[in-house]
Formats: sequence, C-alpha cells, structure tokens
Amino acid sequence: MPDQLIFAMEVMLNGLLNGVMYALVALGFVLIFKASGIFNYAQGVMALFAAMTLVGIQQGRVPFGHLINEIFGTDIHYFGWEVPALAAIALTVLVMVGFAWLVQRFVFKHLVGQEPIILFMATIGLAYFLEGVSDLMWGSEIRNMDVGLPQGINDWIDANTFEIFGYGFFIDNLDISAAIVAGMLVTGLIAFAQYTKQGRAMRAVADDHQAALSVGIKLNYVWVLVWSLAGIVALVAGIMWGSKLGVQFSLSLIALKALPVLMLGGFTSIPGAIIGGLIIGVGEALFEFSIGPMIGGATENWFAYVLALVFLVFRPQGLFGEKIIERV
Amino acid sequence: MFYREAGDFKTSYTADNQTFPIRFDRYRYYIVLAIGAGIIPFVITDYWASAILIPFVIYAIAAIGLNILTGYCGQVSLGTGGFMAVGAYTSYKLMTAFPGLDMITITILSGAMTAMVGLAFGLPSLRIKGFYLAVATLAAQFFLVWVFNKVPWFYNYSASGQINAPERFILGHAVTGPNAEAWAKYLFCLVFLFALAWMARNLTRGAMGRQWMAIRDMDIAAEIIGVNPLRAKLSAFAVSSFYVGISGALLFTVYLGAVEVGEAYGIQKSFLVLFMIIIGGLGSLFGSFAGAAFMVLLPVALKVLLVDTMGWDTALATHFQFVIVGFLIMFFLIVEPHGLARLWALMKEKLRLWPFPH
Repeated sequence: MPDQLIFAMEVMLNGLLNGVMYALVALGFVLIFKASGIFNYAQGVMALFAAMTLVGIQQGRVPFGHLINEIFGTDIHYFGWEVPALAAIALTVLVMVGFAWLVQRFVFKHLVGQEPIILFMATIGLAYFLEGVSDLMWGSEIRNMDVGLPQGINDWIDANTFEIFGYGFFIDNLDISAAIVAGMLVTGLIAFAQYTKQGRAMRAVADDHQAALSVGIKLNYVWVLVWSLAGIVALVAGIMWGSKLGVQFSLSLIALKALPVLMLGGFTSIPGAIIGGLIIGVGEALFEFSIGPMIGGATENWFAYVLALVFLVFRPQGLFGEKIIERV
Repeated sequence: MFYREAGDFKTSYTADNQTFPIRFDRYRYYIVLAIGAGIIPFVITDYWASAILIPFVIYAIAAIGLNILTGYCGQVSLGTGGFMAVGAYTSYKLMTAFPGLDMITITILSGAMTAMVGLAFGLPSLRIKGFYLAVATLAAQFFLVWVFNKVPWFYNYSASGQINAPERFILGHAVTGPNAEAWAKYLFCLVFLFALAWMARNLTRGAMGRQWMAIRDMDIAAEIIGVNPLRAKLSAFAVSSFYVGISGALLFTVYLGAVEVGEAYGIQKSFLVLFMIIIGGLGSLFGSFAGAAFMVLLPVALKVLLVDTMGWDTALATHFQFVIVGFLIMFFLIVEPHGLARLWALMKEKLRLWPFPH
C-alpha cells in the first residue's frame, strides 16, 4: 500500500475521533433545541464552566476566592482538602442542575413566546455572563484536568497497525475513551427519551408545547430537566476537551465548532449530531491533509463552516432535520 | 417650547413627510449637529478622542450597517468582523498601491469592495434562513480572517503579517498616521457618520426600507404581495456591508493605525456590534447610536469605577465587565426586547402629553 494512503487512513481515523468530540458538544445543543426551540449558544461556555467547577472542586479551591480577597483584603485560595474525582463529578452535576434551574427561573421563563432569534441572542448574553462568572469564581488561568482517563498513544493499535502496514498509527487513548463515553451517553439519552416517563414528557414538549401542556405536562419542569441534561453533556464534553487541551478559555470556542456540525446534521436530530460530527471531523482532517499544505494550512478554522454552507444550499434543513414547512 | 405637534402647521407634502415632523425634534437635531461638528472639535483632547469619541463614531457606522441587515431586513449576521476586515484591507491595499488617491475616495471604495464581498456571502440567504443563516455567516467571518492571515499579498509581504496605515492628508491636515491630530481624525470620521446616517434614514423610510421590513416580518408573505426577495435580501446585504466596510476601514486607517487581522477583526468584533444593536434597539437608527455609545462607554466607565476609584485588579474588572454585559443583554431582552430606542420612544410619547397626561 502506498505511504500516502496509509497516512490518509491515520488522518481519517484521528478525524473520526475528533468528530466524536465535536458531536459531544453538538448533542447538548440538540437536546435544548428540540425541547424548547432555544438555540443555546452558551453550550460551549457551559462546558468550560463545568470543567472549571470540576477542577476547582477537585483541588478544593475557594469559589470567588479572588473576588473575596480583593474586597476584604484577605488571602484565601484553598480549603485545604482534595476531593476524589467521582465525588467531584457528582458535585459538579449538582451545580449544573442548579444552574439549569436558575437559568430557567430567571431568564427563559420570562422569555416564553418570544421569537427564536431573541432567545438566541439571550443565550449569547448568557454565554458572556457565565464566562464572567466562571472567571470570577475560579480564576482564568489554564488548569490541568485529571479525572483518571487514560492518555497517550494506544500501544495496541500502534503495534497491530505496524504489523499490517509496516507503519504504526498514532491514536490517542483519550480520543478512544471519548468515543466510548460518547457512545454510552447517546445510548443512555436515547433510552432515557424512549423508555422513561420524563423522557416521554420531554418528547411530547418537543413535539408541541400546547398539546403537552393540555395533557398535564409541566413545561417548566421539562425545561429544567432538559437544561440539566445539557449541563451534564456539557460536563462530559468539558472533561474530554479539558483533558485534551487543558481547561482554559478556548474551551468555550468549541461551541463555534459544534455549529457547523449541527447545521450539517440538522438541529433536531440526535443521530444527526453524531453523524454530522463525524463528517466534519473526517472532512476537515482530510482537507487539511490533502489540500491544506498547498494553500497555507490552518484550514480547520473555516473548512467546517464552508462545508456546512455548501451543504445547506442544497439541503436547507440539514441531513436529518425535519423538513421546513412555512405557511403564511 | 413644548414637545408636541400642535400649532406646527404643515403647508406642503414635503414638510409633512420630513424626517423630524415635530419642531422640537428638529431643533434638537440641529443642536446635536452643531455641538458634534462645531464645538467638540475645538475642545477635544487626545484621551477623549481615543477612548470614547472616535470609537463611538466608528462603531456607530458599523452598528447602523448591521442594523440595516438584522434590524430592518431580519437577516442575522455574525460575520461583521470579517466584513470590517475586508474594508480595512481594501483601504490598505489602495493606500499603498495608489499613494495619490485621497482618503475619502479610498474609504468609499473600501465600502464598495466590502459590499461586493457581502453580496457574495449574502447569496445563501435566499435558501438558508434564521439560525442556519446566522451560522452560515460565521463561514464568512472565519474564512475572511483566514484569507487575510494566509495570503501575503494582502499585507504586502510584510514580515510581521501586520498592516500599517501610512500618513495621508486632507486639505493639508493629517487624518491617518502617527502625527494626525485628534480633532482632524474625529471630524473625518464624523463626516462619514453624518453622511451614512442620513443615507440610512432615507433608505429605510423609502421603498427599499419598506421591502426590507416586509421581508423581515415574513418573507413568504412579502413575496406574495410582490416584494422580490432576491433583490430585497441582496440589497440589504450590499448596503449593510458597505457601511460595515467603511467602519472597518476607518477603524484601521484612523483609529488603530496598525492591525493584526485575527485580533482586531475576530469573532469578538462581530458579537460586539451585534450587542450594540440588541441593546440599542433592533430596527432603529437611534438605537444604533445609543447601543454604540453604550458599548463604548461601559468598559471605560467600569474601568474608571473599579480600577481607578476602587483600586481593583484590572483582570477582575475585565471579568466583571463580561458579567455585566451578559447580564444587561439578558435584562434588556426580558424587560425591553426593543432596546434603548424603545425607551426613548416611550419617553417621547410621554413628553407629548406632558404635563396633562389624561
């Protein structure tokens, strides 16, 4: 087999695994959009906030430490204990649920019935707000995320591919675990939506608000539930991306990467988010590999958007989105 | 004296259709103009010019541009930063390639060039709507910034990848470059703001503006009553990009002087201008001004309050700024989705009846 083809295969595999990471973020968008019609721009910042909170709790940092020190002239930073990873994750989930309730209670409850674009802009405001809060609460330095996920090159794949092709593929263990976690998450979410009472209520609300209300489903409750789920998805995405890149501001920018994924897959489809993520991941990796060097590289910055744009011109609702029907 | 139309008799259709039908409004407008053009240039200091006045004037142009597209025509764009970069790089290429060309022509040509780029990126809007379009405009944002970063021709093969504005004169006074005086820069930008705002006001209340608003309110219905969506949407994209391009050109030539594209025209700039029109008011010219003023003043005010007065850390103050901006956006959307402009209109309604509201 020619070398170029083998390299391309490696690039494709890595792209595929990267796509899983994009899909993780896109999943949170789809959940909220389906249930409440809100296009949640803050999803990326939620991932950042969740990851920051997790690291902060793990290391026993004092929330708002900088702020307290600035106002009262004290000098406190740590409680002096360390929390094990699992307990910290559980606590962070609680924080995200609390956040979901706050958002629902103080922001979106007052915006029910507004145009979608107003809701979208409100989430941009929410993103800014949450980013500021996250910085105030935990500081803005880069943090290392360590929850015990395996990292580094996967030796088994390396050895096996070396035997077959005479060239060992470099696949990160972290990407593999991300793919496994994402698979479990999606299965769990689908099972939740299909087989539990809450899940059924969620789907009912997604179908028709009025009809759901009239059969006695509490809209507020479902929305808090959906935002909590999106918060948990954000936490998972935050853990994965945080372990890969370190917990820092740029985490919030992965939301921007998830947007073309959504456009491709359609805003309302969970499988669409996964497949869209994979297409974008593979597409941008292969494009950067084959054409990137000719035109100066760093094409990942825009390739996903342009791909999605071209795609949308032919299929305006995305791959799996519901057909858009407009009436006067 | 009082703010009302009673006693202000109109004897011609022209008088009846004027922009400010109420006499008090008309005088206020002339007074604002007189202060802006006649008094401020004489008392302006370097600090005021560079911290508040020039950014305000430049961002007001961008806000008017985005308001035409988003507020009047309903097409949400997140590509403002990219289009501003087109204006900036066009003006740079023109300034370096044709040193004899005067600045006004260069700036207008930059706007025209941006209009053409905007037209190209506006084409998908015929098929793609709503959020999908908002995300599609991100393609413009990232692609344009990438192009200006990667193609050395745009920055004349300079080693740093930066572009620097050379010195240019109007009527013997430098308006760009390090030696330009504050009042000259301010007046130069103000002329553009005045001309463009005047144009926007008349465009939006004419046939074209009505078409835009019909498309915004419901594009299918608009099509049925005979509005051509192709022409309406693309004209909105072109006009909006023209404004945004001029603003980007001025930001580079007059205000910043030296620019690194990812930093000056990144996605943050797109959001900044979007926030201006949300807070100011979508679909309102006054809102563009109010929003620009608000977003320019807020960081300065916070810095004065937190850092200079209370002695806080600069980083903490920046974080607070994020919290406050985010909070204000949500607050405005909940309390008054039409922004500052709506509050202004309410105030005028009240004034009209004052002091006998019943």
